[in-house]
Amino acid sequence: MFSIDLLLGAVVLGVLLGCFYAAVSVGLSVSFGLLDVPHVAHPAFLVLASYGVYQLNESYDIDPLLAGLAITPLFFLFGLLAYRTYHETFEKRGSDAAVRGIAFFFGIAFIIEVLIILQFGVDQRSVTATYIGKSWRFGEMRIPIRQLVAFAVALTLTALLAVYLSKTFMGRAIRAVAQDEEALRLMGANPVRIKQYAFGIATAVLGIAGALLIIVAPVEPTLDRAYIGRTFCVVVMAGLGSISGTLIAAIILGVAESIVLTLFGASWAPAISFAMLLGVLAVRPQGLLGR
Amino acid sequence: MKRRTFLGGAMAVAVVGHGSSAFAQQPPIKIGMSMPQTGGLAGGGKASLLGIEIWRDDVNAKGGLLGRKVELVVYDDKSSASETPAIYAKLVDVDKVDLLFAPYATVPTAPIMPFVKQRGLLLMGNFSFQVNSKVGHDMWFNNAPWGPADSWAASFLDLAQKAGGKNMALLTADQEFAQNLALTARDVAKKRNIPVVFDQVYPPNTVEFSSIIRALNAAKPDIVYVASYPPDSAGILRAVNEIGVGDNVKIFGGGMVGLQFAAVMSNLGSLLNGVVNYNTWLPEKSMYFEGTKEFFDKYTKRAIEAKVDPLGYYLAPFGYAMGQMIEAAVNSTKSLDQKGIAKYLRENEHKTIVGPIAFAADGERKETATLQAQFRGVKDKDIEQFRSPGKQVILFPEKLKTGELISPFEAARK
Amino acid sequence: MTGHRNSIIFWGGVAVFLVAVLTMTQIVRNEYPFFAGYVILQFIALAVAWSILGGYAGYVNFGTNAFFGVGVYTAVALFKATGAPLVVQIAAAAVVGMTLGFGVGLLTLRMRGIFFSIATIALAIIIETFVMNWRFVGGAAGIQIQRPPVMAPFDSYVKMLFFVQAILAVTAISIARYIQNSKVGRGLQALRDDELAAECTGVPTLKLKLIACMISGALISAAGAPAAMYLQYADPFSAFNLTYSVSALAMALIGGTAHWIGPVLGAILLGSTQQFLAVTISSEVNVLVLGIMLVLFVVGAPKGIIGLLRPRYRLRAGGKP
Repeated sequence: MFSIDLLLGAVVLGVLLGCFYAAVSVGLSVSFGLLDVPHVAHPAFLVLASYGVYQLNESYDIDPLLAGLAITPLFFLFGLLAYRTYHETFEKRGSDAAVRGIAFFFGIAFIIEVLIILQFGVDQRSVTATYIGKSWRFGEMRIPIRQLVAFAVALTLTALLAVYLSKTFMGRAIRAVAQDEEALRLMGANPVRIKQYAFGIATAVLGIAGALLIIVAPVEPTLDRAYIGRTFCVVVMAGLGSISGTLIAAIILGVAESIVLTLFGASWAPAISFAMLLGVLAVRPQGLLGR
Repeated sequence: MKRRTFLGGAMAVAVVGHGSSAFAQQPPIKIGMSMPQTGGLAGGGKASLLGIEIWRDDVNAKGGLLGRKVELVVYDDKSSASETPAIYAKLVDVDKVDLLFAPYATVPTAPIMPFVKQRGLLLMGNFSFQVNSKVGHDMWFNNAPWGPADSWAASFLDLAQKAGGKNMALLTADQEFAQNLALTARDVAKKRNIPVVFDQVYPPNTVEFSSIIRALNAAKPDIVYVASYPPDSAGILRAVNEIGVGDNVKIFGGGMVGLQFAAVMSNLGSLLNGVVNYNTWLPEKSMYFEGTKEFFDKYTKRAIEAKVDPLGYYLAPFGYAMGQMIEAAVNSTKSLDQKGIAKYLRENEHKTIVGPIAFAADGERKETATLQAQFRGVKDKDIEQFRSPGKQVILFPEKLKTGELISPFEAARK
Repeated sequence: MTGHRNSIIFWGGVAVFLVAVLTMTQIVRNEYPFFAGYVILQFIALAVAWSILGGYAGYVNFGTNAFFGVGVYTAVALFKATGAPLVVQIAAAAVVGMTLGFGVGLLTLRMRGIFFSIATIALAIIIETFVMNWRFVGGAAGIQIQRPPVMAPFDSYVKMLFFVQAILAVTAISIARYIQNSKVGRGLQALRDDELAAECTGVPTLKLKLIACMISGALISAAGAPAAMYLQYADPFSAFNLTYSVSALAMALIGGTAHWIGPVLGAILLGSTQQFLAVTISSEVNVLVLGIMLVLFVVGAPKGIIGLLRPRYRLRAGGKP
C-alpha cells in the first residue's frame, strides 16, 4: 500500500486540513491561551456561527465567506457579553473560578445546542458556493478547492491576528494583560476592559471560522462536542496564547491525522493525535512554542 | 382463556352500548415506546414517530381497536442505549401499556431485547439490524425490509458481479450498524472468491475524506462498498466528486446511511448521481400498494408543522405498516393477548402500505425487500425533484425493479 | 468529641439506608423504581467519586467517561473470558480504574489544573478508540450480554443490581467522608486553595493528588462495572458518552463540593429531575434544563445547594500553620 506518491498527497492534504484546524482554534488561543478563560463553549459558538452563515446563504444566497464576515460584529458583541458575565460572576469572586467557569460554559454550550435544534431541527445543513464540490488538478493530484479556500482564509486570519497582537497598541495591551495584569493596572489602564475587548475579538473571529466549518463539511447541532478535544488539543500543543504556535500545532495535527488516515488504519486516527497531545503535555507542558 | 372471554365481552358491551364513536367511556389501548428525539438518531426517530401517529389517527377515525381508542405513550431515549431499560420498565410496570413498539435503530433496542424475552412480551421492531440473532426471542417482529443478514451485501455484489466487478474495496464507519454490514460483506465476498483489496474503517467525526479516497484509489478496486453514517456519507461523496475514483470502478455505494434523508439528499444534489445505495421505499411505480398514496398525502402535510423530514420515505411508512400489522392481528384474534398476536403475525402474510410482509422464525422478513437503487439525473438544491419517479431507479429486488444498472460509475455520474 | 457522635449518626444512617434498600428489593414488585433508582444511585457514586479529586483538590477531571467506560469494558472482557461473577467484575474494574488513575496522575498532575482537564479529555478519546478496535469485546459494533441467573435473596437481576449499586454509592460516600475528615482531605483542600503555599508549608502535594486521583478513578470505574449487566449490552459510544463527564461535574457543582453531602444532593436532584423529565416532557427541553440548571447554580449559588442550605457554611480550613 505504501508509496511516496501517497505519502506526499497525505502531507499536502494534511497541511490544508491543519490550516483549517488553526482557523477554528485561533479564537480559543486568545480566549483560553491569553486570557485564561476555560472557554469550553468555544466550539458551540463556532457551530452557532456556521448556522448563522447557513441562514444567510439559504435565504439571501450570500457567499458563505461574506456571510461569515457579516456576522462577525454580532459575534464580537456576543463575546463582550460573555466575558462581562464571566468576569462579574467568576473572576471577581476568586479562587475556584476555573472549575465553576468550566461548568458555566458547559451550560452555555448545552443551551446553544438546544436553541439550534429548536430553530433548525436536527438534520445536518450545508451551504452552496461555486468553489464547493470542485477540485484543482495539480499533476497527478486533485485537491478540493474548498480545502484551498479554507487554507487561504485560515492563513490570512491567523496572520492578521498575529500582526494585530504584536504591532497594534490594543494588541500589545492584550498581550501585556495576559502577562502581568497588575503592572498594566498600575500604568492606569483598565485590564478588565482590555480583556473584554480581546474576548470580543476572539469570538468575532468565529464568524469566519464558522463559515469555514460549514464550507469544509456539513454541520449538525451537536458537532461542537467533536471539536472540544481538537481545539483544546491544538491550543495546548501550541503553547498557550502563541498564534504562530497555533498554526504549527494545527498543521502537525492535520498532517498526522491525514497520514494515519491514508497509510495506516484510519480507525486509529483520533488516538494518534491525542496521544501526541499527551506526549507533549508530559515532556513539554508549556507547549511547542510556550510563552 | 378466562381473560380473553372477559375482554371479548367488554368489547361486545362497548359496541352494543355506545357505538363506535363514543369510545371515550372505554379505557384506551396504550401502545408504549421510546423514540430518539434528541441526539444522533433524532432525525430518523421523529419521522418514524410521525408515521406511527398517522396510523394512530387513522385507526381511531375508524373506531379504534376492539372499540377502544388507541393511545401512544412515547418517551425520548436520547439515541442512547443507557436510557431504554428504565423507559421500558416504566412503560410496562407503571404505565401498564398494552403493547410495545421498539425505538428506531439497533443501539437503543439492544438493551430491551433480553427484558422483553424474560417478561414474555411482544415487541414490534423498528429498523434494528440483527438485534434478535443472539437473543432468540420468538415474539419479536421487525418492520424493516432487511431480511436474512447476508442478503444486503449479496444483492449489491450480485449487481456488481453482473457488471463485471472482480475485486472489492470496503470503506466502513467505525460504528455499530456499519460494522455489522461490513462483517456480512466480508463473508459474502469470501464465499464468492472476490478478493478484498482495500478494507478501511474510519472513525466517527472524520472531517476530511480526501486522503482516504486517495488511498482507496491506489488499491484500484472495481467494486466499492461503502457503509457510512449520515455526517460522513456527505463527506465521502464530496471527496469522491473532487478526487475521483477512476474509470475501473463499476459500482459504488451499498450501505450509506443518510442518503435516504431529504436534507442530506438536497444538500448533495448532483453529487448523488451514479451512486447505488440501499433504500426501503421510493416513489417508483412498483412501490405503491393500497393506502400508500393516501399515507404520503397526510405525511407531507404534517411533516411541515412537525419540522421533520419532508419526504419521509425511509422510515415513516414502515412506522405506519407496523401499526397496520398490529391492527390486523388484534382485529383477527379479537384480543390483546400477546401470544395470540405473535402467533398471528408469524403465521400470516400481512398487507401493508409498503407491500406484503411475511416473517421468518427469527422475526425478520422471510425475504429481503431492501432496495438497491441508483441515483440518476439529480439536480442541485431541489427537494421536490425526489418526489418524482426516475430519480432513484430500483435495481433490486427483481419484483420491484424499475431499471437496469448503468456502469461504470463514472459513466453513470454524467 | 462531636466527631465521634457524627460517626455514629453516619454509620447508623448507612445501616438504615442499606436495610431499607434490601427490604425494598424484597417487598416492592413493580420493577420500574429499581431501574430508575439504579441510574440515580450510579450518579451519586459518580458525583461523589468525581468530587474527591474535582472538589477537594480542585482538579477538574473531564475524563469521567474514560474511567466509566473502562469499568464497563473491564466487566465485559472479564465476563466474556471467564464468566466471572459480578463482585469479581466490580473488583477488577476498581483495580484497573485505580491503575489508570495512577498512570494519568503521574503523567499529568505536575501540570496546572486546566492541563490536567485537557489531558483527561485526550485520555478518554484514546481509550475509546482502543475499545473500538478491540474485536474481542465487540469493537464498534457493540456486544450483547446474557445475564447469568440471579442469586438469592433477590428475585430479579435488576433488584440485585440496585442493591449492588447502593453499596457502591455508600462505599464512595464513606471514602469521601473519611478523606474529607482526614489529613489527606485537609492537605487536598490546602493545595486547592493555594498549591504553591501548600507545597511550601510541607504538604506533599503530588503524593496527595496521586492518592486522590487513584481513589477517584477506582470508584468511578467500579460504579461503571455493573452497567454492562444492567444494559445487557455494551457499545463504546454509550459507555464513553460525554454525558457521564458533564453530569458528574454538574451534579457535584450543583450540590456543592465542600462537603461529601453536596455531590449526593446534587446527584439526587439532577438525577431524579432527568429521570422525571425523560418520562414527562421528553424532548430537547430535557437537555435545556441541564444547561440552565448548571448556569443558574454556578452563577447564583457558587457553593451549591449546601451553600444555600447553610449560608454561613465555611470551607473546612485546611493546612493551618
